[in-house]
Amino acid sequence: MDRERQIKNKMITMQHVAKTFVTERKTTRIIDDISLEVKENELVALFGPGQCGKTTLLNVMAGLEKATSGEIIVNGEKVTRPGPDRGFVYQTLALFPWLTVMGNVCFGPRMRGISKKEREERARYYIDLVGLKGFEDSYPVQLSGGMKQRVGIARAYCNEPSVLFMDEPFGHLDAQTRYLMQDELMRIWEKEKRTIVFVTNNIEEAIYLADRVIVLTNCPTQVKKEYIIDLPRPRDYVDPGFLALREDISSVVDKTL
Amino acid sequence: MEQLDYKKSKRKYWLLSAASVIVFVFIWWFSTAVLKLAKPITLPDPVTIIKTFIVKLTHTAPDGGTLVGNTLASVKIALSGYVMAILVGVPLGVLMAWFKPVDRFVRPLFDLLRPVPGIAWIPLMIVIFGIGITSKIVVIFLTAFVPCVVNSYTGIRQTRDVHLWVGQTFGASNLQLLTTVAIPTALPFIMTGIRVALGSSWCAIVAAELLASSEGLGFMIQQARGINRPDIIICGMLAIGAIGALMTFLLGIVEKHVVKGVMHK
Repeated sequence: MDRERQIKNKMITMQHVAKTFVTERKTTRIIDDISLEVKENELVALFGPGQCGKTTLLNVMAGLEKATSGEIIVNGEKVTRPGPDRGFVYQTLALFPWLTVMGNVCFGPRMRGISKKEREERARYYIDLVGLKGFEDSYPVQLSGGMKQRVGIARAYCNEPSVLFMDEPFGHLDAQTRYLMQDELMRIWEKEKRTIVFVTNNIEEAIYLADRVIVLTNCPTQVKKEYIIDLPRPRDYVDPGFLALREDISSVVDKTL
Repeated sequence: MEQLDYKKSKRKYWLLSAASVIVFVFIWWFSTAVLKLAKPITLPDPVTIIKTFIVKLTHTAPDGGTLVGNTLASVKIALSGYVMAILVGVPLGVLMAWFKPVDRFVRPLFDLLRPVPGIAWIPLMIVIFGIGITSKIVVIFLTAFVPCVVNSYTGIRQTRDVHLWVGQTFGASNLQLLTTVAIPTALPFIMTGIRVALGSSWCAIVAAELLASSEGLGFMIQQARGINRPDIIICGMLAIGAIGALMTFLLGIVEKHVVKGVMHK
């Protein structure tokens, strides 16, 4: 099958990763012994209840925060700090408001000292890919929420990382735009396959997008259960298989207030 | 159609602004020239002021300088101290906000100097440097320096964590984070500091000249007071107001070109 051909190499390996925050008053265990693997070009959704430490997990994988124990290997290299091989798409407000769309998308290559001509050429390709051709010189303040997230995706793609981390990228969008952006992400990903780890608290979004959904427990976070989603794409929210999975995942996820 | 409405409403507000000035001048003229509520030696009418203004543009009496010359003298000193304050204050504020040791080192001294108003330095400066240019430049410098430091510091501190993360995931070094993320974030604040500093510089120069000087607008006003010439005093005040407004306007244009990605109103 097509998917099996593309997904074979291990891209991310996490082994017994734990994260504890220590303050003067107390120590809080956020992540409690998580081991997982993500294969190349796989789209994995991390799904869990409210404040379950999904973002912390993602930050640890990206190297923005140090794991208290355990080991993370991305593309054969141990993660100790953030690096350009791991791109990040944030929820909102992560675009640089003082830069144009072009300036934002170019940012990564610029930090790596790639020439202006080359990085703009590359940026143009990704701006086109996310459907923002003609908006190169606009500032974020002039864009809608959906367009901003398109810029965020183009910016992460433009640096050509081996893994893309997305932290609830559509969380702040209205429902209509959210559906649209999910389809857009699918279109972009089908065209430019990358390994994507996608954090969401929306169960339908997880099933709609992912090859595999990893359900996390409440804090301290552990892996509760994994689901391989082998529904054909494009998926249908009211397809019986979809609904059955939704039912199934809902029943295992921890409830929070 | 909408464009027309826009222009129409713009013109309406412009007229409203002009009306406030016209009404003010009219009341002034009516109460002095017609009702004669005040003696000309206390408060002259607007026509006299305009006449004095035109005469004073080229005449040196009674203080030894023309209006133009006095204005230039004041502007020159104010701008020298002001520019130095920006060149020292903005980088210092940025470094304090970005590098903790710098903050720890500079802060006690800065916190001690900060509440001292610029003009409170005048007596000491006169004792040290006399009433020449140097003492005034130092006073302006100290006045303008504080808002430059404070606003740059605050601006850098506004840098969003998520922007720093983005920078880090793109492999930016600490110095690159400062120049490509923190300073652009701070720029609107830095510009505000620079604008506030301009206002206080201009106030301080006039105050300094009132106390101790041999030329400048403040000096001219002080001399006119000594010989009871309210018309010259008002001319001096008009010049102070006009120059201050002009400089603020010019700085606004600069700001529009420097600060990107915000909705300019």
